[in-house]
Amino acid sequence: MTGWQALFYKEILRFWKVGFQTVAAPVMTAMLYLLIFGHVLEDRVKVYDQITYTAFLLPGLVMMSVLQNAFANSSSSLIQSKMMGNLVFLMLTPLNHWSWFLAYVGSSVVRGLAVGLGVFVVTGWFTPLSFVAPQWIVLFAIMGATMLGSMGVIAGLWAEKFDQMAAFQNFIIMPMTFLSGVFYSIHSLPPFWQTLSHLNPFFYMIDGFRYGFFGASDVSPWLSLAVVGSCTVLISATALHLLRIGFKIRG
Amino acid sequence: MIAISFDAVSKIFQTPRGPLQALDGVSLAVQEGEFFGLLGPNGAGKTTLISILAGLTQASSGRTQVLGCDVQTQSAQARRLLGVVPQELVFDPFFNVREALRFQSGYFGIRKNDAWIDELLHHLGLSDKANSNMRQLSGGMKRRVLVAQALVHKPPVIVLDEPTAGVDVELRQTLWQFIARLNRDGHTVLLTTHYLEEAEALCGRLAMLKQGRVVALERTSELLKAASSNVLRFKLDAQLPPELAQRARVTGRIVQFPAHNAAEIEHYLAAVRQAGLVAEDVEIRKADLEDVFLQVMGEGAQAPCDAAAEVAP
Repeated sequence: MTGWQALFYKEILRFWKVGFQTVAAPVMTAMLYLLIFGHVLEDRVKVYDQITYTAFLLPGLVMMSVLQNAFANSSSSLIQSKMMGNLVFLMLTPLNHWSWFLAYVGSSVVRGLAVGLGVFVVTGWFTPLSFVAPQWIVLFAIMGATMLGSMGVIAGLWAEKFDQMAAFQNFIIMPMTFLSGVFYSIHSLPPFWQTLSHLNPFFYMIDGFRYGFFGASDVSPWLSLAVVGSCTVLISATALHLLRIGFKIRG
Repeated sequence: MIAISFDAVSKIFQTPRGPLQALDGVSLAVQEGEFFGLLGPNGAGKTTLISILAGLTQASSGRTQVLGCDVQTQSAQARRLLGVVPQELVFDPFFNVREALRFQSGYFGIRKNDAWIDELLHHLGLSDKANSNMRQLSGGMKRRVLVAQALVHKPPVIVLDEPTAGVDVELRQTLWQFIARLNRDGHTVLLTTHYLEEAEALCGRLAMLKQGRVVALERTSELLKAASSNVLRFKLDAQLPPELAQRARVTGRIVQFPAHNAAEIEHYLAAVRQAGLVAEDVEIRKADLEDVFLQVMGEGAQAPCDAAAEVAP
Protein backbone atom coordinates (compact mmCIF):
# COMPACT_ATOMS: atom_id res chain seq x y z
CA MET A 1 0.00 0.00 0.00
CA THR A 2 1.52 3.31 -1.00
CA GLY A 3 0.86 6.45 0.99
CA TRP A 4 -1.95 7.87 -1.11
CA GLN A 5 -3.88 4.61 -0.97
CA ALA A 6 -3.80 4.67 2.83
CA LEU A 7 -5.15 8.23 2.84
CA PHE A 8 -7.73 7.36 0.18
CA TYR A 9 -8.94 4.40 2.23
CA LYS A 10 -9.05 6.54 5.38
CA GLU A 11 -11.14 9.16 3.61
CA ILE A 12 -13.59 6.50 2.34
CA LEU A 13 -13.88 5.03 5.83
CA ARG A 14 -14.39 8.51 7.29
CA PHE A 15 -17.62 9.12 5.38
CA TRP A 16 -18.72 5.48 5.44
CA LYS A 17 -18.61 5.37 9.26
CA VAL A 18 -21.22 8.13 9.28
CA GLY A 19 -23.01 6.79 6.19
CA PHE A 20 -26.45 7.61 7.51
CA GLN A 21 -25.58 11.28 7.37
CA THR A 22 -23.29 11.26 4.31
CA VAL A 23 -25.09 8.84 1.98
CA ALA A 24 -28.61 7.99 3.22
CA ALA A 25 -29.63 11.58 4.11
CA PRO A 26 -28.87 13.11 0.67
CA VAL A 27 -30.70 10.21 -1.02
CA MET A 28 -33.72 10.99 1.16
CA THR A 29 -33.54 14.71 0.27
CA ALA A 30 -33.45 13.95 -3.47
CA MET A 31 -36.43 11.65 -3.11
CA LEU A 32 -38.43 14.43 -1.42
CA TYR A 33 -37.55 16.82 -4.26
CA LEU A 34 -38.77 14.27 -6.78
CA LEU A 35 -42.02 13.57 -4.92
CA ILE A 36 -42.91 17.23 -4.39
CA PHE A 37 -41.77 18.84 -7.65
CA GLY A 38 -42.72 15.79 -9.69
CA HIS A 39 -46.22 15.70 -8.23
CA VAL A 40 -46.85 19.45 -8.53
CA LEU A 41 -45.39 19.97 -11.99
CA GLU A 42 -46.02 16.64 -13.71
CA ASP A 43 -49.14 17.79 -15.60
CA ARG A 44 -48.01 21.34 -16.31
CA VAL A 45 -44.52 20.95 -17.77
CA LYS A 46 -43.50 18.89 -20.78
CA VAL A 47 -39.88 18.93 -21.86
CA TYR A 48 -38.47 18.04 -25.30
CA ASP A 49 -42.12 17.34 -26.28
CA GLN A 50 -42.21 13.66 -25.43
CA ILE A 51 -40.52 13.38 -22.00
CA THR A 52 -42.56 13.62 -18.77
CA TYR A 53 -41.44 16.13 -16.16
CA THR A 54 -40.61 13.44 -13.58
CA ALA A 55 -38.41 11.60 -16.09
CA PHE A 56 -36.73 14.90 -16.99
CA LEU A 57 -36.18 15.82 -13.33
CA LEU A 58 -34.66 12.52 -12.23
CA PRO A 59 -31.24 12.70 -13.99
CA GLY A 60 -30.95 16.32 -12.81
CA LEU A 61 -31.51 15.28 -9.22
CA VAL A 62 -29.02 12.42 -9.51
CA MET A 63 -26.35 14.77 -10.90
CA MET A 64 -27.11 17.46 -8.32
CA SER A 65 -26.63 14.88 -5.54
CA VAL A 66 -23.35 13.69 -7.10
CA LEU A 67 -22.02 17.26 -7.28
CA GLN A 68 -23.13 18.43 -3.83
CA ASN A 69 -21.80 15.33 -2.09
CA ALA A 70 -18.50 15.32 -3.92
CA PHE A 71 -18.01 18.91 -2.78
CA ALA A 72 -19.17 18.20 0.76
CA ASN A 73 -16.77 15.28 1.16
CA SER A 74 -13.41 16.90 0.54
CA SER A 75 -14.39 20.30 1.94
CA SER A 76 -15.82 19.03 5.22
CA SER A 77 -12.99 16.55 5.74
CA LEU A 78 -10.34 19.25 5.31
CA ILE A 79 -12.05 21.92 7.40
CA GLN A 80 -12.76 19.42 10.20
CA SER A 81 -9.14 18.27 10.22
CA LYS A 82 -8.02 21.88 10.30
CA MET A 83 -10.36 22.82 13.14
CA MET A 84 -9.57 19.67 15.15
CA GLY A 85 -5.86 20.14 14.45
CA ASN A 86 -5.39 16.56 13.28
CA LEU A 87 -4.32 17.68 9.80
CA VAL A 88 -0.85 17.84 11.39
CA PHE A 89 -0.66 14.02 11.21
CA LEU A 90 -0.76 14.27 7.41
CA MET A 91 1.51 17.28 7.21
CA LEU A 92 4.24 15.39 9.07
CA THR A 93 4.28 12.60 6.48
CA PRO A 94 6.17 12.44 3.17
CA LEU A 95 2.85 12.43 1.21
CA ASN A 96 3.17 14.88 -1.68
CA HIS A 97 0.50 17.08 -3.28
CA TRP A 98 -0.46 14.38 -5.82
CA SER A 99 -1.13 11.92 -3.00
CA TRP A 100 -3.30 14.42 -1.15
CA PHE A 101 -5.16 15.24 -4.38
CA LEU A 102 -5.76 11.62 -5.40
CA ALA A 103 -6.99 10.68 -1.92
CA TYR A 104 -9.24 13.66 -1.23
CA VAL A 105 -10.68 14.01 -4.73
CA GLY A 106 -10.83 10.23 -5.30
CA SER A 107 -12.84 9.65 -2.11
CA SER A 108 -15.12 12.57 -3.06
CA VAL A 109 -15.80 10.94 -6.43
CA VAL A 110 -16.63 7.66 -4.66
CA ARG A 111 -19.04 9.38 -2.26
CA GLY A 112 -20.63 11.44 -5.06
CA LEU A 113 -21.18 8.35 -7.20
CA ALA A 114 -22.44 6.32 -4.20
CA VAL A 115 -25.06 8.96 -3.39
CA GLY A 116 -25.94 9.39 -7.08
CA LEU A 117 -26.44 5.67 -7.46
CA GLY A 118 -28.53 5.64 -4.27
CA VAL A 119 -30.78 8.43 -5.58
CA PHE A 120 -31.09 6.61 -8.89
CA VAL A 121 -32.03 3.29 -7.28
CA VAL A 122 -34.55 4.80 -4.85
CA THR A 123 -36.25 7.14 -7.32
CA GLY A 124 -35.88 5.03 -10.46
CA TRP A 125 -39.06 3.05 -9.87
CA PHE A 126 -41.19 6.24 -9.90
CA THR A 127 -40.79 6.57 -13.63
CA PRO A 128 -39.43 4.51 -16.54
CA LEU A 129 -36.09 5.83 -17.84
CA SER A 130 -34.23 5.23 -21.08
CA PHE A 131 -30.45 4.92 -21.37
CA VAL A 132 -29.73 6.10 -24.88
CA ALA A 133 -25.98 6.69 -24.42
CA PRO A 134 -24.72 5.33 -21.04
CA GLN A 135 -21.10 6.29 -21.78
CA TRP A 136 -22.09 9.98 -21.50
CA ILE A 137 -23.82 9.28 -18.18
CA VAL A 138 -20.68 7.73 -16.66
CA LEU A 139 -18.34 10.30 -18.19
CA PHE A 140 -20.24 13.36 -16.95
CA ALA A 141 -20.83 11.85 -13.51
CA ILE A 142 -17.10 11.20 -13.01
CA MET A 143 -16.00 14.55 -14.44
CA GLY A 144 -18.57 16.45 -12.39
CA ALA A 145 -17.60 14.66 -9.18
CA THR A 146 -13.89 15.29 -9.88
CA MET A 147 -14.52 18.99 -10.49
CA LEU A 148 -16.60 19.42 -7.33
CA GLY A 149 -14.20 17.28 -5.26
CA SER A 150 -11.40 19.62 -6.40
CA MET A 151 -13.52 22.66 -5.55
CA GLY A 152 -14.03 21.11 -2.11
CA VAL A 153 -10.26 20.84 -1.68
CA ILE A 154 -9.85 24.51 -2.61
CA ALA A 155 -12.66 25.59 -0.25
CA GLY A 156 -11.33 23.32 2.53
CA LEU A 157 -7.86 24.84 2.27
CA TRP A 158 -9.16 28.40 1.99
CA ALA A 159 -11.80 28.45 4.74
CA GLU A 160 -10.54 29.17 8.24
CA LYS A 161 -13.82 28.53 10.01
CA PHE A 162 -17.10 26.70 9.41
CA ASP A 163 -18.77 30.04 8.77
CA GLN A 164 -16.64 30.71 5.67
CA MET A 165 -17.23 27.17 4.47
CA ALA A 166 -20.99 27.63 4.79
CA ALA A 167 -20.71 30.87 2.79
CA PHE A 168 -18.79 29.09 0.02
CA GLN A 169 -21.44 26.37 -0.07
CA ASN A 170 -24.53 28.61 0.15
CA PHE A 171 -23.41 31.50 -2.06
CA ILE A 172 -21.44 29.65 -4.75
CA ILE A 173 -22.21 25.94 -4.90
CA MET A 174 -25.96 26.06 -4.16
CA PRO A 175 -26.91 28.86 -6.63
CA MET A 176 -24.77 27.30 -9.35
CA THR A 177 -26.47 23.91 -8.92
CA PHE A 178 -30.01 25.28 -8.62
CA LEU A 179 -29.58 27.64 -11.59
CA SER A 180 -28.10 24.93 -13.79
CA GLY A 181 -31.32 23.44 -15.15
CA VAL A 182 -31.86 20.66 -12.62
CA PHE A 183 -35.55 21.55 -12.33
CA TYR A 184 -36.23 23.03 -15.78
CA SER A 185 -35.03 23.12 -19.36
CA ILE A 186 -33.33 26.45 -19.99
CA HIS A 187 -35.35 26.77 -23.20
CA SER A 188 -38.28 27.66 -20.97
CA LEU A 189 -36.34 30.69 -19.59
CA PRO A 190 -36.46 34.29 -20.93
CA PRO A 191 -33.50 35.08 -23.27
CA PHE A 192 -31.48 36.98 -20.63
CA TRP A 193 -31.55 34.04 -18.18
CA GLN A 194 -30.79 31.63 -21.00
CA THR A 195 -27.62 33.57 -21.81
CA LEU A 196 -26.66 33.69 -18.13
CA SER A 197 -27.20 29.93 -17.76
CA HIS A 198 -24.75 29.34 -20.61
CA LEU A 199 -22.02 30.90 -18.46
CA ASN A 200 -22.60 28.36 -15.68
CA PRO A 201 -20.39 25.24 -16.07
CA PHE A 202 -22.85 23.29 -13.90
CA PHE A 203 -25.45 23.69 -16.66
CA TYR A 204 -23.24 21.75 -19.08
CA MET A 205 -22.65 18.98 -16.53
CA ILE A 206 -26.39 18.43 -16.03
CA ASP A 207 -27.21 18.88 -19.70
CA GLY A 208 -24.53 16.44 -20.87
CA PHE A 209 -25.50 13.95 -18.16
CA ARG A 210 -29.15 14.17 -19.22
CA TYR A 211 -28.22 13.60 -22.87
CA GLY A 212 -26.98 10.14 -21.85
CA PHE A 213 -30.52 9.24 -20.76
CA PHE A 214 -32.70 10.81 -23.48
CA GLY A 215 -30.39 11.44 -26.42
CA ALA A 216 -31.79 14.98 -26.32
CA SER A 217 -30.38 18.05 -24.60
CA ASP A 218 -30.34 21.86 -24.67
CA VAL A 219 -26.85 21.96 -26.23
CA SER A 220 -24.65 19.38 -27.99
CA PRO A 221 -23.02 16.91 -25.56
CA TRP A 222 -19.71 17.59 -27.29
CA LEU A 223 -19.91 21.26 -26.31
CA SER A 224 -20.79 20.19 -22.76
CA LEU A 225 -17.81 17.82 -22.76
CA ALA A 226 -15.47 20.60 -23.88
CA VAL A 227 -16.73 23.05 -21.24
CA VAL A 228 -16.87 20.56 -18.35
CA GLY A 229 -13.55 18.98 -19.37
CA SER A 230 -11.68 22.29 -19.43
CA CYS A 231 -13.27 23.48 -16.16
CA THR A 232 -12.35 20.19 -14.47
CA VAL A 233 -8.75 20.42 -15.65
CA LEU A 234 -8.49 24.07 -14.60
CA ILE A 235 -9.99 23.58 -11.14
CA SER A 236 -8.02 20.35 -10.51
CA ALA A 237 -4.81 22.13 -11.48
CA THR A 238 -5.64 24.96 -9.09
CA ALA A 239 -6.33 22.51 -6.25
CA LEU A 240 -3.05 20.68 -6.97
CA HIS A 241 -1.11 23.94 -6.99
CA LEU A 242 -2.62 25.04 -3.65
CA LEU A 243 -1.78 21.63 -2.14
CA ARG A 244 1.79 21.87 -3.46
CA ILE A 245 2.42 25.25 -1.85
CA GLY A 246 0.57 24.23 1.34
CA PHE A 247 -1.86 27.13 0.90
CA LYS A 248 -2.92 28.38 4.36
CA ILE A 249 -1.77 25.18 6.05
CA ARG A 250 2.03 25.46 5.99
CA GLY A 251 2.87 28.93 7.35
CA MET B 1 27.04 12.67 12.01
CA ILE B 2 24.87 15.68 12.75
CA ALA B 3 21.25 14.64 13.33
CA ILE B 4 19.65 18.09 13.37
CA SER B 5 21.21 21.34 12.21
CA PHE B 6 19.80 24.84 12.20
CA ASP B 7 21.95 27.31 10.30
CA ALA B 8 21.08 30.99 10.82
CA VAL B 9 17.35 30.23 10.85
CA SER B 10 15.07 33.26 11.07
CA LYS B 11 11.31 33.51 10.95
CA ILE B 12 9.23 36.65 10.63
CA PHE B 13 5.45 36.30 10.92
CA GLN B 14 3.26 38.89 9.22
CA THR B 15 0.61 39.85 11.76
CA PRO B 16 -2.11 42.53 11.62
CA ARG B 17 0.01 44.54 14.10
CA GLY B 18 3.07 44.35 11.86
CA PRO B 19 5.89 41.87 11.37
CA LEU B 20 6.83 39.71 14.34
CA GLN B 21 10.31 38.25 14.55
CA ALA B 22 9.81 34.83 16.13
CA LEU B 23 13.32 33.53 15.39
CA ASP B 24 16.44 35.60 14.84
CA GLY B 25 19.40 33.76 13.33
CA VAL B 26 19.22 30.54 15.33
CA SER B 27 22.19 28.22 14.74
CA LEU B 28 22.69 24.98 16.57
CA ALA B 29 23.57 21.37 15.82
CA VAL B 30 22.43 18.20 17.57
CA GLN B 31 24.72 15.17 17.17
CA GLU B 32 23.38 11.72 16.37
CA GLY B 33 22.44 9.87 19.55
CA GLU B 34 22.16 12.98 21.71
CA PHE B 35 19.35 13.75 24.16
CA PHE B 36 19.05 17.47 23.56
CA GLY B 37 16.85 19.94 25.42
CA LEU B 38 15.39 23.17 24.10
CA LEU B 39 14.32 25.54 26.86
CA GLY B 40 12.82 28.97 26.94
CA PRO B 41 9.84 30.94 28.22
CA ASN B 42 6.54 31.06 26.32
CA GLY B 43 6.94 32.91 23.04
CA ALA B 44 10.72 32.34 22.91
CA GLY B 45 10.35 30.53 19.57
CA LYS B 46 10.70 26.87 20.59
CA THR B 47 7.58 25.66 18.81
CA THR B 48 8.33 27.80 15.73
CA LEU B 49 11.79 26.23 15.53
CA ILE B 50 10.29 22.72 15.78
CA SER B 51 7.61 23.59 13.19
CA ILE B 52 10.35 24.62 10.77
CA LEU B 53 12.22 21.38 11.45
CA ALA B 54 9.02 19.36 10.83
CA GLY B 55 8.16 21.26 7.63
CA LEU B 56 4.95 22.70 9.13
CA THR B 57 6.28 26.24 8.74
CA GLN B 58 8.76 27.68 6.29
CA ALA B 59 11.72 29.65 7.63
CA SER B 60 12.09 33.21 6.33
CA SER B 61 15.81 32.55 5.89
CA GLY B 62 18.48 30.04 6.91
CA ARG B 63 18.83 26.32 6.43
CA THR B 64 17.52 23.36 8.42
CA GLN B 65 18.65 19.76 7.92
CA VAL B 66 17.78 16.35 9.35
CA LEU B 67 20.63 13.84 8.98
CA GLY B 68 21.87 15.86 6.01
CA CYS B 69 18.46 16.21 4.31
CA ASP B 70 17.22 19.76 3.77
CA VAL B 71 13.70 20.11 5.20
CA GLN B 72 12.63 22.32 2.27
CA THR B 73 14.28 20.84 -0.81
CA GLN B 74 14.30 17.18 0.38
CA SER B 75 11.15 17.34 2.47
CA ALA B 76 9.98 13.77 1.87
CA GLN B 77 13.30 12.23 2.96
CA ALA B 78 13.57 14.60 5.93
CA ARG B 79 10.06 13.72 7.15
CA ARG B 80 10.80 9.99 6.96
CA LEU B 81 13.74 10.55 9.32
CA LEU B 82 11.69 12.56 11.83
CA GLY B 83 9.08 11.53 14.38
CA VAL B 84 7.34 14.56 15.82
CA VAL B 85 5.06 14.61 18.86
CA PRO B 86 3.03 17.81 18.52
CA GLN B 87 2.34 20.02 21.50
CA GLU B 88 -1.43 20.27 20.98
CA LEU B 89 -3.51 17.29 22.10
CA VAL B 90 -4.99 16.51 18.66
CA PHE B 91 -6.74 13.36 17.45
CA ASP B 92 -9.03 12.06 14.73
CA PRO B 93 -12.44 11.37 16.32
CA PHE B 94 -13.52 8.94 13.58
CA PHE B 95 -11.12 6.15 14.48
CA ASN B 96 -9.87 3.93 17.28
CA VAL B 97 -6.26 3.75 18.48
CA ARG B 98 -5.21 0.84 16.29
CA GLU B 99 -6.84 2.33 13.18
CA ALA B 100 -5.12 5.66 13.79
CA LEU B 101 -1.73 3.92 14.06
CA ARG B 102 -2.35 1.75 10.98
CA PHE B 103 -3.29 4.78 8.88
CA GLN B 104 -0.26 6.71 10.12
CA SER B 105 1.93 3.74 9.08
CA GLY B 106 0.17 3.68 5.71
CA TYR B 107 0.97 7.36 5.05
CA PHE B 108 4.64 6.39 5.31
CA GLY B 109 4.03 3.54 2.88
CA ILE B 110 4.33 0.84 5.56
CA ARG B 111 1.97 -2.14 5.31
CA LYS B 112 1.36 -4.79 7.96
CA ASN B 113 2.95 -2.82 10.78
CA ASP B 114 0.98 -4.55 13.54
CA ALA B 115 3.98 -6.19 15.23
CA TRP B 116 5.62 -2.80 15.81
CA ILE B 117 2.26 -1.16 16.63
CA ASP B 118 1.67 -3.82 19.32
CA GLU B 119 5.12 -3.19 20.75
CA LEU B 120 4.47 0.56 20.86
CA LEU B 121 1.08 0.01 22.51
CA HIS B 122 2.70 -2.28 25.09
CA HIS B 123 5.52 0.09 26.00
CA LEU B 124 3.18 3.06 26.27
CA GLY B 125 0.66 1.17 28.41
CA LEU B 126 -2.01 1.33 25.70
CA SER B 127 -2.52 -2.37 24.96
CA ASP B 128 -6.00 -2.49 26.53
CA LYS B 129 -7.04 0.70 24.70
CA ALA B 130 -6.18 -0.51 21.18
CA ASN B 131 -9.82 -0.79 20.16
CA SER B 132 -11.11 2.27 22.02
CA ASN B 133 -12.25 5.25 20.01
CA MET B 134 -9.94 8.25 20.37
CA ARG B 135 -12.81 10.30 21.84
CA GLN B 136 -13.13 7.93 24.80
CA LEU B 137 -9.52 8.34 25.93
CA SER B 138 -8.38 10.61 28.75
CA GLY B 139 -5.93 13.44 28.01
CA GLY B 140 -2.98 11.40 29.22
CA MET B 141 -3.96 8.44 27.05
CA LYS B 142 -4.36 10.70 24.00
CA ARG B 143 -0.87 12.02 24.67
CA ARG B 144 0.49 8.46 24.63
CA VAL B 145 -1.21 7.82 21.28
CA LEU B 146 0.47 10.96 19.92
CA VAL B 147 3.83 9.51 20.93
CA ALA B 148 2.97 6.17 19.30
CA GLN B 149 1.85 7.95 16.10
CA ALA B 150 5.18 9.76 15.92
CA LEU B 151 7.05 6.45 16.16
CA VAL B 152 5.13 4.17 13.73
CA HIS B 153 7.78 4.58 11.04
CA LYS B 154 10.72 4.01 13.43
CA PRO B 155 12.30 7.43 12.86
CA PRO B 156 15.96 7.84 13.88
CA VAL B 157 15.29 11.39 15.11
CA ILE B 158 12.49 12.01 17.63
CA VAL B 159 11.16 15.47 18.46
CA LEU B 160 8.93 16.02 21.47
CA ASP B 161 7.31 19.42 21.88
CA GLU B 162 6.37 19.72 25.56
CA PRO B 163 5.13 16.14 25.76
CA THR B 164 4.46 16.20 29.49
CA ALA B 165 2.54 19.48 29.76
CA GLY B 166 -0.55 18.79 31.86
CA VAL B 167 0.20 15.08 32.16
CA ASP B 168 0.03 13.07 35.39
CA VAL B 169 3.15 11.90 37.22
CA GLU B 170 2.69 8.23 36.33
CA LEU B 171 2.56 8.91 32.60
CA ARG B 172 5.58 11.20 32.81
CA GLN B 173 7.57 8.34 34.34
CA THR B 174 6.35 5.76 31.77
CA LEU B 175 7.00 8.15 28.93
CA TRP B 176 10.49 9.11 30.02
CA GLN B 177 11.53 5.52 30.62
CA PHE B 178 10.42 4.68 27.08
CA ILE B 179 12.05 7.72 25.48
CA ALA B 180 15.26 7.14 27.45
CA ARG B 181 15.28 3.55 26.17
CA LEU B 182 14.86 4.70 22.58
CA ASN B 183 17.74 7.11 23.13
CA ARG B 184 19.93 4.31 24.50
CA ASP B 185 19.06 2.30 21.37
CA GLY B 186 20.57 5.08 19.28
CA HIS B 187 17.67 7.44 18.55
CA THR B 188 18.41 11.14 18.70
CA VAL B 189 15.94 13.02 20.90
CA LEU B 190 15.10 16.71 20.81
CA LEU B 191 12.87 17.82 23.66
CA THR B 192 11.24 21.06 24.63
CA THR B 193 9.82 21.22 28.13
CA HIS B 194 8.65 23.57 30.82
CA TYR B 195 9.70 21.14 33.54
CA LEU B 196 13.30 22.09 34.16
CA GLU B 197 13.95 19.13 36.43
CA GLU B 198 13.07 16.88 33.49
CA ALA B 199 15.57 18.61 31.24
CA GLU B 200 18.18 18.42 34.01
CA ALA B 201 17.61 14.71 34.52
CA LEU B 202 17.41 13.66 30.86
CA CYS B 203 19.22 16.05 28.53
CA GLY B 204 22.94 15.80 27.98
CA ARG B 205 23.01 19.20 26.33
CA LEU B 206 20.75 22.21 26.40
CA ALA B 207 19.97 25.28 24.35
CA MET B 208 18.08 28.17 25.86
CA LEU B 209 16.03 30.43 23.62
CA LYS B 210 14.99 33.95 24.49
CA GLN B 211 13.06 36.20 22.14
CA GLY B 212 14.03 34.07 19.16
CA ARG B 213 17.75 33.94 19.92
CA VAL B 214 19.97 31.24 21.41
CA VAL B 215 21.21 32.69 24.70
CA ALA B 216 22.88 29.55 26.06
CA LEU B 217 24.15 26.38 24.38
CA GLU B 218 26.09 24.11 26.70
CA ARG B 219 26.36 20.67 28.26
CA THR B 220 23.85 20.48 31.12
CA SER B 221 26.64 19.76 33.60
CA GLU B 222 28.64 22.80 32.39
CA LEU B 223 25.62 25.05 32.64
CA LEU B 224 25.05 23.93 36.22
CA LYS B 225 28.73 24.42 37.04
CA ALA B 226 28.79 27.90 35.54
CA ALA B 227 25.91 29.05 37.71
CA SER B 228 26.29 30.11 41.32
CA SER B 229 26.94 26.90 43.12
CA ASN B 230 24.60 27.45 46.07
CA VAL B 231 21.30 29.05 46.89
CA LEU B 232 20.36 30.51 50.27
CA ARG B 233 16.64 30.07 50.85
CA PHE B 234 14.46 31.29 53.70
CA LYS B 235 10.96 32.53 54.48
CA LEU B 236 10.12 36.06 55.51
CA ASP B 237 6.91 37.67 56.71
CA ALA B 238 7.90 41.26 55.85
CA GLN B 239 9.17 43.09 52.73
CA LEU B 240 12.89 42.93 51.96
CA PRO B 241 14.73 46.30 51.80
CA PRO B 242 14.99 47.35 48.09
CA GLU B 243 18.80 46.97 47.85
CA LEU B 244 18.47 43.33 48.95
CA ALA B 245 15.32 42.61 46.95
CA GLN B 246 17.17 43.52 43.73
CA ARG B 247 19.53 40.60 44.20
CA ALA B 248 17.00 38.05 45.43
CA ARG B 249 14.33 35.94 43.82
CA VAL B 250 11.14 36.45 45.80
CA THR B 251 8.14 34.14 45.44
CA GLY B 252 5.50 35.13 47.99
CA ARG B 253 7.15 34.51 51.39
CA ILE B 254 10.06 32.58 49.92
CA VAL B 255 13.30 34.46 49.37
CA GLN B 256 16.27 32.95 47.49
CA PHE B 257 19.78 34.40 47.08
CA PRO B 258 22.41 32.94 44.75
CA ALA B 259 25.62 32.54 46.76
CA HIS B 260 29.12 31.40 45.85
CA ASN B 261 30.56 30.91 49.34
CA ALA B 262 29.97 31.00 53.08
CA ALA B 263 30.95 34.68 53.33
CA GLU B 264 28.17 35.71 50.94
CA ILE B 265 25.65 33.63 52.85
CA GLU B 266 26.69 35.27 56.12
CA HIS B 267 26.50 38.68 54.46
CA TYR B 268 22.90 38.19 53.31
CA LEU B 269 21.76 36.80 56.66
CA ALA B 270 23.43 39.70 58.48
CA ALA B 271 21.79 42.22 56.17
CA VAL B 272 18.39 40.70 56.86
CA ARG B 273 19.00 40.80 60.60
CA GLN B 274 20.20 44.44 60.44
CA ALA B 275 16.98 45.35 58.60
CA GLY B 276 15.14 44.12 61.68
CA LEU B 277 13.68 41.09 59.92
CA VAL B 278 13.54 37.45 61.04
CA ALA B 279 14.40 34.76 58.50
CA GLU B 280 12.59 31.47 59.08
CA ASP B 281 13.25 27.95 57.73
CA VAL B 282 16.72 28.88 56.53
CA GLU B 283 18.35 26.36 54.19
CA ILE B 284 21.24 26.22 51.76
CA ARG B 285 20.85 24.08 48.64
CA LYS B 286 22.71 23.30 45.43
CA ALA B 287 21.81 25.47 42.45
CA ASP B 288 19.60 23.63 39.94
CA LEU B 289 18.62 24.21 36.33
CA GLU B 290 15.81 26.56 37.34
CA ASP B 291 18.38 28.90 38.93
CA VAL B 292 20.54 28.76 35.80
CA PHE B 293 17.52 29.33 33.60
CA LEU B 294 16.36 32.39 35.55
CA GLN B 295 19.90 33.74 35.64
CA VAL B 296 20.34 33.37 31.86
CA MET B 297 16.88 34.75 31.09
CA GLY B 298 17.43 37.67 33.45
CA GLU B 299 20.71 38.75 31.85
CA GLY B 300 20.78 41.73 29.49
CA ALA B 301 17.69 43.82 28.92
CA GLN B 302 14.84 43.28 31.36
CA ALA B 303 12.33 42.83 28.56
CA PRO B 304 9.21 40.81 29.39
CA CYS B 305 9.92 37.18 28.66
CA ASP B 306 6.44 36.22 27.57
CA ALA B 307 6.37 38.30 24.39
CA ALA B 308 8.49 37.84 21.30
CA ALA B 309 10.38 40.88 20.06
CA GLU B 310 8.52 43.10 17.67
CA VAL B 311 10.58 44.58 14.87
CA ALA B 312 9.89 47.84 13.12
CA PRO B 313 7.85 47.42 9.92
